[in-house]
Amino acid sequence: MDSNNSDPFEQPRLASTASEGIKVVIIGGFGVGKTTLVQAVSEIRPLCTEETMTRASEGIDDLRRGTGKTSTTVAFDFGRITLTRERVLYLFGAPGQERFWFLWDRLFLGSLGAVVLVDDRRLDDSFYAIDRLEAAGTPFIVARNRFGKNQHSLDAVRGALQLSERVPLIDCDARDRQSCKDALIALVEHLFTLHSAREAV
Amino acid sequence: MTRGPLEHETPDRLYAVTRGRMPVPDDALDVVSLIMSESESEPGMQSEYRRILALCVRPTAVVEIASYLRFPVSVTKILLTDLLDSGKVSARHPSASPATPARLPSLDLLQDVLRGLQQL
Repeated sequence: MDSNNSDPFEQPRLASTASEGIKVVIIGGFGVGKTTLVQAVSEIRPLCTEETMTRASEGIDDLRRGTGKTSTTVAFDFGRITLTRERVLYLFGAPGQERFWFLWDRLFLGSLGAVVLVDDRRLDDSFYAIDRLEAAGTPFIVARNRFGKNQHSLDAVRGALQLSERVPLIDCDARDRQSCKDALIALVEHLFTLHSAREAV
Repeated sequence: MTRGPLEHETPDRLYAVTRGRMPVPDDALDVVSLIMSESESEPGMQSEYRRILALCVRPTAVVEIASYLRFPVSVTKILLTDLLDSGKVSARHPSASPATPARLPSLDLLQDVLRGLQQL
């Protein structure tokens, strides 16, 4: 979980033709494996950065008054996958708790979609994120991270999360590169499905 | 959460590098806007600007720059906006609009993402 922010020149750099950054967000509770997943597929060692947001700045400019503002600082990890000469995918690992959400609305606006990573022993951690993604109409899939033996069937997990049949739910091993690739591909396939569904209307 | 990279930062330093300016809420830079240097450092230039110019000889995302400089994203954006305004860097912005059922990313973009992931 170290953040390797020391020397940028030790990390592979983007080609000079790179022109379009694309975002995918990995959302999940503490310790569910977000960083592990990002690390499994990233071409750079995951980096960490922080953002601070003052709630008062959401509406009118209240910053100079110095009163009644709530400042939230949140750290997030991210990794990178070069897709083509022009396009590059950034994966963000983001905690899904309610108190961080107003930050994601701004930071991750325009994301391709989200993978909600869940631990089926702590499904409660995911309710808020799933509600918000549904409300915002952001395409997402749910991936259950394998922690030893999973206790429940995927159907039971779907029921407990009250997840629509339209939302893909898959198993994933965040330590395994192929499994993480498959989870990201499942999100892209879901986006293709949404495209077809729209054309069929 | 992991230990933040800014744990040892003092608010004074952040205040100094931005000369006390506050983040602009609705700025034009996205976290994945790619920044490119358009000129060399000049003598006497603030060290943070020099580091950005050195870093961005290759395209570098806003969030990567923030991470390497160990500044919050909002502070990094203030510094980048200075460099953009003076033409010392240029930005390549993401074209993707918010992905919702009504506005999905283009099929062309999805094909590239799919192929890129399959080749991993």
